[in-house]
Amino acid sequence: MDRREALKAGGGASVLALAAAAGLFRPGSAFAQEWNKAAFDTRNFADTLKALGGKSSTESKDIQFTAPDIAENGAVVPISVESGIPKTQAIAILIEKNPNTLSADFEIPAGTDPFIGTRVKMAETSNIYALVLADGKYFHTVKEIKVTIGGCGG
Amino acid sequence: MADPMRIRASMQGDKVEVKVLMAHDMETGLRKDPDGKLVPAHFIRNVGVTHGGRTVLSAQWGTSISRNPFMHFRFKGGKPGDKVTITWVDNKGDTRTDEAVISAGG
Repeated sequence: MDRREALKAGGGASVLALAAAAGLFRPGSAFAQEWNKAAFDTRNFADTLKALGGKSSTESKDIQFTAPDIAENGAVVPISVESGIPKTQAIAILIEKNPNTLSADFEIPAGTDPFIGTRVKMAETSNIYALVLADGKYFHTVKEIKVTIGGCGG
Repeated sequence: MADPMRIRASMQGDKVEVKVLMAHDMETGLRKDPDGKLVPAHFIRNVGVTHGGRTVLSAQWGTSISRNPFMHFRFKGGKPGDKVTITWVDNKGDTRTDEAVISAGG
């Protein structure tokens, strides 16, 4: 990232603020939260958990994590997470050996199923975590996905 | 302006099932072009979904969501004919909003 890009990236928050001022995003709309740069810059599970505001996380069998054992193409790895933990508030996807660990953080309001399906990029074979915030506490499950061809370019 | 999202929203029992495909390069900032120069990071950072003025899902993404992102989720409280509105904003401030009408489904 060169200086100009860094400045631009740093200006992201103010872009959202401008958009809000322009009435693009009404208060209480989907963009109540800004982007948690600190969390997306982390490079391991423990630091990501901390940046998201968690102190510790308990491994749970009540999180169903659906993903292939082997991903032939690391650029497109389909995954889904379903939490059976009551009062699930958020589901995050963490990929241990990617350049940055945190892939996505989904906030699940009441009335929305504690379920999310998406596709992620994996640089290499890695543990992948589904981290669930439920009733203020963190829980996780982990699965190793073998990657035949890495998906982060280079 | 980015291409429109493809959104499918349909009733599955008492829930609305939503599947979305967004058109976005999701550049990591780590990939090099054929001249060996780094391609700057360009990726969706925020996604929000509303139904009847209520947020039913919001997400923050990093660079490791796949190109042309896909998202699948379900929520309660919708009925056929209602609208689901989805907005994304990327790290350059580009944004796109699209909506879909909930179908009766099966």
